[in-house]
Amino acid sequence: LSRSGYQGIAVAVPVTVPYVRYSIRSAHWFIARALSALVERAGLEKAAVDGACISGFLLFPDTAVGLMQHLGLSPRWLDHIPMGGASAVVALRRALRAVQAGDAEIVACIAGDTNHVDSFRHTIASFSQFARDAVYPYGAGGPNASFAFLTDYFMRTRGAERADFGKLCVAQRHNALSFPHALFKKPLSMEEYLAARPIAEPLHLFDCVMPCAGAEGFLVMTEERARALGLPFARVRATVERHNAFPDDPIQIRGGWALERESLWNQAGLAPEDMNLVELYDDYPVITAMQLEDLGFCPSGEVVSLIRANTFTHDGSLPLNTSGGQLSVGQAGAAGGYLGMVEGLRQITGQSLGARVPGAQRGLVSGFGMINYDKGLCSGAVVLEAGQA
Amino acid sequence: MTEPLRRPKRKNPVLRTRLPVLPPWTRSRVALGLTAAAAEGRFALQVCANCGAVQYPPREACYRCLSDRLPWREQTGEGQLISQTLLRHSHDIFFRERVPWRLGMVQLDAGPTVVAHLHGDVGSPPARVRVGARLDKAGMGVLVGFPQKDVPNMADDRQLREMTCDPKYRKVLITDGKTRVGQALTRAVIGAGADLVWVGHAEPWKQFPGLAELKELPQVSLVPLDVTDARSVKAAAGEFGVKVDILINNVELHRTSGIAARYGTDVARAEMEVNYLGLLRLAQEFGPVMRARGADGQSSAVAWVNLLSIFALSNFHAHGTYSASKAAALSLAQCLRAEMQPAAVRVINVFPGPIEDEWNQLLPPPKIAPEPLARAVVNALRDGVEDVYPGDVAQEWLARWRENPKVLERELAGH
Repeated sequence: LSRSGYQGIAVAVPVTVPYVRYSIRSAHWFIARALSALVERAGLEKAAVDGACISGFLLFPDTAVGLMQHLGLSPRWLDHIPMGGASAVVALRRALRAVQAGDAEIVACIAGDTNHVDSFRHTIASFSQFARDAVYPYGAGGPNASFAFLTDYFMRTRGAERADFGKLCVAQRHNALSFPHALFKKPLSMEEYLAARPIAEPLHLFDCVMPCAGAEGFLVMTEERARALGLPFARVRATVERHNAFPDDPIQIRGGWALERESLWNQAGLAPEDMNLVELYDDYPVITAMQLEDLGFCPSGEVVSLIRANTFTHDGSLPLNTSGGQLSVGQAGAAGGYLGMVEGLRQITGQSLGARVPGAQRGLVSGFGMINYDKGLCSGAVVLEAGQA
Repeated sequence: MTEPLRRPKRKNPVLRTRLPVLPPWTRSRVALGLTAAAAEGRFALQVCANCGAVQYPPREACYRCLSDRLPWREQTGEGQLISQTLLRHSHDIFFRERVPWRLGMVQLDAGPTVVAHLHGDVGSPPARVRVGARLDKAGMGVLVGFPQKDVPNMADDRQLREMTCDPKYRKVLITDGKTRVGQALTRAVIGAGADLVWVGHAEPWKQFPGLAELKELPQVSLVPLDVTDARSVKAAAGEFGVKVDILINNVELHRTSGIAARYGTDVARAEMEVNYLGLLRLAQEFGPVMRARGADGQSSAVAWVNLLSIFALSNFHAHGTYSASKAAALSLAQCLRAEMQPAAVRVINVFPGPIEDEWNQLLPPPKIAPEPLARAVVNALRDGVEDVYPGDVAQEWLARWRENPKVLERELAGH
């Protein structure tokens, strides 16, 4: 497989619609706010946006199409990405090629969701046919139960202890303390992490992402256009996605990254150690640990040593989820898949809202989504690099 | 090891009565194949007729070769527990009331990995398990991981008891004690640990054999009950209906004639009065209070058993009007099942072949004796099975009926 790169294409204008635990607004509202922020920040007329990539679990019964009429957009290129936590990576991949091919000039990539008091239950009760038939009737634990299985297995096969996952969670909370949109604003100590109440053993409270409402977005356009608009931007060195990887694994111990890692780093011409920061999809810490292995930050099976050897804080070694990640910011539905992308863009374009990772020029952003039955099916990753304005 | 169940204390009237709610019941149509097998006590999965790949979760096309020929085939359920969780939080009100709840992922020797409810006696992973299918409180097929070998008090597992109708420490009404079947049923449920058995008899002034001995059993309480008399049924329900956890309707009127052999409608009407309208009267009087008690503590109302007949499936013309009344009762029992389902009370239909009794004197063996029939009913309660075809004749009729009901109709007409 010989893939062409993304020369001349810029990713710019990272925006966040502030998160709230619950909202009486709809997903449409959150996505509209994100679009409004995107055009305002870019100094564009709405009509200049001629491409859109939309994700949102709670848009139903609408899709991206209906939303276009709602928002008064007439794009010549439109995509709806129902891939949950992989939405941002996949949206970026689609948008890059659309702009590169000249099918669209400015593509708005947006994910947004609301969270009503009872909407999360409805989302997981009808998440997928397999989940409805073969998972939800078993205790209706939702993703907590699914990730509890993966965590139980991972701990046993990798020799990981709760404190190893705790280290990731505590470091991310440290990172979140300076990030204005994080819903968790108090420091978290290892003692508090370990003493938290059990949710789905071996998972305890601080292992579990908190559903909330919010939206995230960014624009994809040519570098030329970004410069003309005076927008700081990032370039994309490499991207991968893989779906339903390792279908014969009896339980998930690796994701599609393990198949695509080589392709990713080859395309980037870079290696894991070249990354100044990593934004890994983190609805549960076990997935972060899995990705550290799959994406090549340590040999397979040795993530425990890696965790014990690094701080993961924005001011330490291997800065991870520098805005706090979903575990400390919150998971705004499909926007959870955008959180790391938008934060990564901010960091390497010098627009960070919280603490900036010193000298951040290159970063890795991953996505992971859709526990359709027993495994998360979508995995993806991108390597971003600061562009010269 | 499972703690043996203890006799429940008397209900504290100050505490709320837990109302029946169901675990999540939505399934795709294809997934109901699991339920259909579980209703008969079988664990079946789709197996590709083309390449042999075993499929789970249920689907429309073989994941390996894309064939759409995916018949349901019985599974041994042998497998390895590879992961587990103890759920302390649930999004669903049924489970919220019942956490902690143990779940596991089992890699079946046949291939797929399944998510299953986990019996308390299964060891921590990695451990060998035996997966079986059960009906849950919603009447939907679910998978349960059992210890590989039976252990003492297995049926008393708290989670498993939510899927079965075990008579242990429950109170049972048997609607007719004058027959050998009724008496065998009484002894069988007492043997299974029933706390109290009300045994109905329609004509208290008649001395039927065996009834006096039955009355001597400490758990038995003989009660007047005539299912053809609305007032009698109402009085019985008013007296003890609020305590009935399991109702076994075994009363039947069985005469041996078709249309031509007996002129007039008197006998057919009498059969309908007992076999069909009797069920209707019982359901109207005992149904509502049992529905209200579908989650009432350890010994909630759990099951309604109908003694039907294999002749309900296809008419046996030598017993033609009896067959018709049982077919009517089957149809009504399906209605009752749909109405009891929201309250988590299981309706169990029993379809025996000819029973070894006076009304089947002229039928050749094999016939099912009252004791094995009663055992089959108790097993159905314990396993939470919904449709039971006890005995060789019933099994053979069922197989013939399943293969081709029209062929069976012609075969029976030739008798």
